[in-house]
Amino acid sequence: MARRPPRRSRAPDLLQLPQAWLSHHVQSAVATLGRLLGAPLATVMTVAVIGIALALPAALYVLTENLRNLVGSWDQAAAISLFLHRDISDEEAAVVAGRLREWPEFQRVQLIGAEQALAEFREQAGFAEALAQLTTNPLPAVLALFPQPAYAVPAEILNLQERLGQLSEVDFVRVDTQWLLRFQAILDLSQTLVLLLAGLLASGVLLIVGNTIRLEIQNRSGEIEIMELVGATASFIRRPFLYAGAWYGLLGGLSAWFLVTLAVLGLQGPVARLASLYRSEFPLAGLGPLELLTILGGSMLLGLVGSWIAVNRHLRGVEPG
Amino acid sequence: MIRFDHVWKRYPERGDALSDVSFELQAGEMVFLTGHSGAGKSTLLRLIGLLERPSRGQVIVNGRNLATLARGRIPYHRRQVGMIFQDHRLLPDRSVFENVALPLVVTGLGPKEVGRRVRAALDQVGLLKRERALPVALSGGEQQRVGIARAVVARPPLVLADEPTGNLDPDLSREIFELFERFHQVGVTLMIATHDLALIHALHHRTFTLSEGRLVNDSGDD
Repeated sequence: MARRPPRRSRAPDLLQLPQAWLSHHVQSAVATLGRLLGAPLATVMTVAVIGIALALPAALYVLTENLRNLVGSWDQAAAISLFLHRDISDEEAAVVAGRLREWPEFQRVQLIGAEQALAEFREQAGFAEALAQLTTNPLPAVLALFPQPAYAVPAEILNLQERLGQLSEVDFVRVDTQWLLRFQAILDLSQTLVLLLAGLLASGVLLIVGNTIRLEIQNRSGEIEIMELVGATASFIRRPFLYAGAWYGLLGGLSAWFLVTLAVLGLQGPVARLASLYRSEFPLAGLGPLELLTILGGSMLLGLVGSWIAVNRHLRGVEPG
Repeated sequence: MIRFDHVWKRYPERGDALSDVSFELQAGEMVFLTGHSGAGKSTLLRLIGLLERPSRGQVIVNGRNLATLARGRIPYHRRQVGMIFQDHRLLPDRSVFENVALPLVVTGLGPKEVGRRVRAALDQVGLLKRERALPVALSGGEQQRVGIARAVVARPPLVLADEPTGNLDPDLSREIFELFERFHQVGVTLMIATHDLALIHALHHRTFTLSEGRLVNDSGDD
């Protein structure tokens, strides 16, 4: 029998229990972080591997999103360019434009007269001298046609192209959307690729964390045995390993964000120079706060699940001998 | 306190470690368990601490049939049983204080109460001044006393010791047994496996003798 009855007065009552539980978890989380930082080299290695694995899909995602923004800003570009015969005057071209405006297929029809086209050309560097040599305007009048969204699909565009080609005033028809549509399809493909890559590398992260935790369980098997001998519950023994997994995930996610942000900052200058060559501005977008939260939450969950698997597989094997 | 009812323990590779062992131990008793190496002393203690389960028969501790105890309840059973080993089983990278505190920490006790109880236990074994030392800095006798402090710090009603003085000289052994006597005097049930016949005879307690897995002699109390 016990020498003294257990001190019931010291035991936490039911109201204090959640608080005690919470403070125990906070202590456990902090202690685990302290242990990870106590072995900085091993921790940095694991975290870096997770960070690089997660940075790859994140970077591809950033690339895809930026290209999508770029395409979005081109939606205003002419879908179909109608080049009229050169002997069609600007006045006659305006009549054609008026007729086409009656077509339900078009949202907007814009006339670029021969004179206007010549004026625009003169403004472009290098062309002024060349054009000064010419006595007549070599440029035809052009109609820029913007189809309604319902008609901005490849089949309809081809149909329109054929019908427009039959107009007597038309020299030839150029469809500008073709490559845009193809580009859109490539973007969709790359989005799928991001998901696939993310899935693949996420399972990689599970394995990395699982293996790290497995080694840690092996290294501390003596301690685990003693804890079992003195009456530690399975959840008490599991807890520090689960926290370690969550920390690995969180720190890995942070380093992935850091790597991607570093890359975006590094590319900002070259992209701006490239955009300026196209007489355009294109601010490169990095990872937003929502995306950062997604990465951190996802990586933490991955770490937790990875360590959970390792703990359930390997802690059973440690029995006091 | 402890009842063995026709208990058998068979290992596939070694055969029967215990054969048809039955006995009953009252709360507050102090019992020596003796016999040659391999006679089954450790196995008997391991069954009580639920480090193993019997092949046949029933072990009842504190009114609970251990055979029906669910896996998840084992930790709570072990908290009622303080265990002492010949090789101390201390954590080499933890201080004396941390080693002794372990049984309290796993119950979720607050740090102030842990500190108070650990110092009380270290005081009982005369190691209060060594609380910051690592186990390697201690002598064999001191390490064993740390192991004893760890076994009693949570005030379990039952303490098991497996060859606690196996590696100690007679003077240190006597000190350890004096500690056990003191626990006995305050009502702890003790079961001590030992070879040390001289001490057994000097102390006049009930003694179980095991031979080849059988309980061959149960000397009554003096």
